[in-house]
Amino acid sequence: MSDHITEIVVFSLLFLLVSGMGFVAARWRAPKDMAHLDEWGLGGRSFGGWITWFLVGGDLYTAYTFVAVPALIFGAGAAGFFAVPYTVVIYPLFFLILIRLWSVSHRHGFVTPADFVRSRFDSPLLALLVAITGIVATMPYIALQLVGIEAVLKTMGVTGESALARHLPIIIAFAILAAYTYQSGLRAPALIAFVKDTLIYIVIIVAVLYLPYKLGGWGSIFDDANAKFQASKAPGDGITLNANNQIQYITLALGSALALFLYPHSITGVLASKNRNVIKRNMSALPAYSFLLGLIALLGYMAISAGVKPLPGAKAGSVDSNTVVPLLFDQQFPSWFAGVAFAAIGIGALVPAAIMSIAAANLFTRNIYKEYLKKDATPAQEANVSKITSLVVKVGAVACIIFLDPQFSIDLQLIGGIIILQTGPAVALGLFTRWLHRWALIAGWAAGMGMGMWMLYNIPNATTGRKHFGGSAFPLSDLGFDSPKTIYVGFVAVAVNLLVAVVVTLILRAAKTPDGIDHTSPDDYFADEGDPRLEKARTTPDADAVTSST
Amino acid sequence: MTEPVRSPRSDRSPWYWLLLIPVVLPLVTPLFNRDSPRLWGFPAFYWLQFLFIFVGVATTSVVYQMTKRPTRASAPETREAVDE
Repeated sequence: MSDHITEIVVFSLLFLLVSGMGFVAARWRAPKDMAHLDEWGLGGRSFGGWITWFLVGGDLYTAYTFVAVPALIFGAGAAGFFAVPYTVVIYPLFFLILIRLWSVSHRHGFVTPADFVRSRFDSPLLALLVAITGIVATMPYIALQLVGIEAVLKTMGVTGESALARHLPIIIAFAILAAYTYQSGLRAPALIAFVKDTLIYIVIIVAVLYLPYKLGGWGSIFDDANAKFQASKAPGDGITLNANNQIQYITLALGSALALFLYPHSITGVLASKNRNVIKRNMSALPAYSFLLGLIALLGYMAISAGVKPLPGAKAGSVDSNTVVPLLFDQQFPSWFAGVAFAAIGIGALVPAAIMSIAAANLFTRNIYKEYLKKDATPAQEANVSKITSLVVKVGAVACIIFLDPQFSIDLQLIGGIIILQTGPAVALGLFTRWLHRWALIAGWAAGMGMGMWMLYNIPNATTGRKHFGGSAFPLSDLGFDSPKTIYVGFVAVAVNLLVAVVVTLILRAAKTPDGIDHTSPDDYFADEGDPRLEKARTTPDADAVTSST
Repeated sequence: MTEPVRSPRSDRSPWYWLLLIPVVLPLVTPLFNRDSPRLWGFPAFYWLQFLFIFVGVATTSVVYQMTKRPTRASAPETREAVDE
């Protein structure tokens, strides 16, 4: 442990710095009255271009992504590079679809996607399903952020014999995170994101300039990786795709993109921006993070070239491939710089974890508490319930990591991406058309969930020897096709979901089943900042400032 | 619902079709699934996909410029509307 002292000191100092910022954030752009869910949970819906860029960037590109994507490239090669097309495809979709959600939410004061579904389809049940799906999908995602921090701690030698000693640093980190999120709401991650992303950009730019120089150039890095994959017996690896995993690559990139913008935390980040132009401009600026992610992914090849051997995993004989990037920095850089890199990953876990817990808390408050437990809750009560729920969510995430095998969280995250996709027909298509019947959407959701679970259950993992939940690549031969190709489970599940929704809609329309009242109007989807028909109670001082100063 | 509706009823524009390019291009693997030609040591598979990021930036920027309308804060007639 002694040879990691410098790393630990740098890591701890930076960690303490952002913790202080998290508490101060409550006073940053402070409203007159913080006791309102729009303030605590959406930062007053007031964020401009720069804050939104850092916030959404810090939100979508999580610590787990930064650790797991290069680990995937390290293990499988080109197939792991799906993260790049995935994050290219997502922004045009945001541009076309989420912009409408922003407008309709702005006018009606919606805080969650389930709020929208409830008004649009006049169905509290459908809204409840969307809310529960969102919460269930988000919980393991938060737990995975802890896996990111643990990979760093493990590399620094911060481990212990008992489970409690091993997890103590994480418990402390999350307790601090929970305290300042409780106090400052969405303003805390928004402010911390500035530090986190600045650190990440510096670390990665230095790494991709220095490491290729040290390892003999990009050409030889790719050649070393190619040599490793040529020598390995695994069928799916290589520095380019093979004939059998291209459909998987395409459907995984597209499916992940569709899933990402349905995740409650992405929607929270978007709804917090102050107008449509802020969102649209950000769709051109956010791909800077995709470029960064591409470079980070290639750290996996640099680790191969540098001869990094991952640390042992929790079970005897297994390896924890998530440690390859931390180890690469530990071995190739002076320890103070490795400390900065580790802090970047550690802090990188806090921003999305905070936003995710806020998003999950908002879903609970708006679509379960206010809908079923206390219909006349005031905005102040809503904010209070959300704050407490965010604490519960974080305790749950820590408990997942301490008491369960981390592999369980990874499995749940895999399932999470697939189940969140099942809310797509109601949330995303619902923004454009009300043709699908509310009961048909419920039937489609159930069918998609069932299909997704069945497929995941039947996927074995050859490397770990597990029989079920071994990955998201489903062999087409199991669906009756005579082919060795594989496809992304989420993609098939959402296709089944849509098919069922369409068929049931046709039946219900023929039977003239009532489909409720649409509480939104067509022009709601284009409303912008300063709209005279806002239903939400503005509590921000700058809302008055805008009108009086102009 | 009798008050005047100030938001446009639609923001349709042919420019939005341009966004199909960055959605479709990165998903057509036969276009870029090869090692050569290399650029600065990067196999085509990698540098082409990095290039697609810039295609995405360019198209969303063009579509934004071509479809934006003045924000309400800066449009004089709507500013009065807010003050009413």
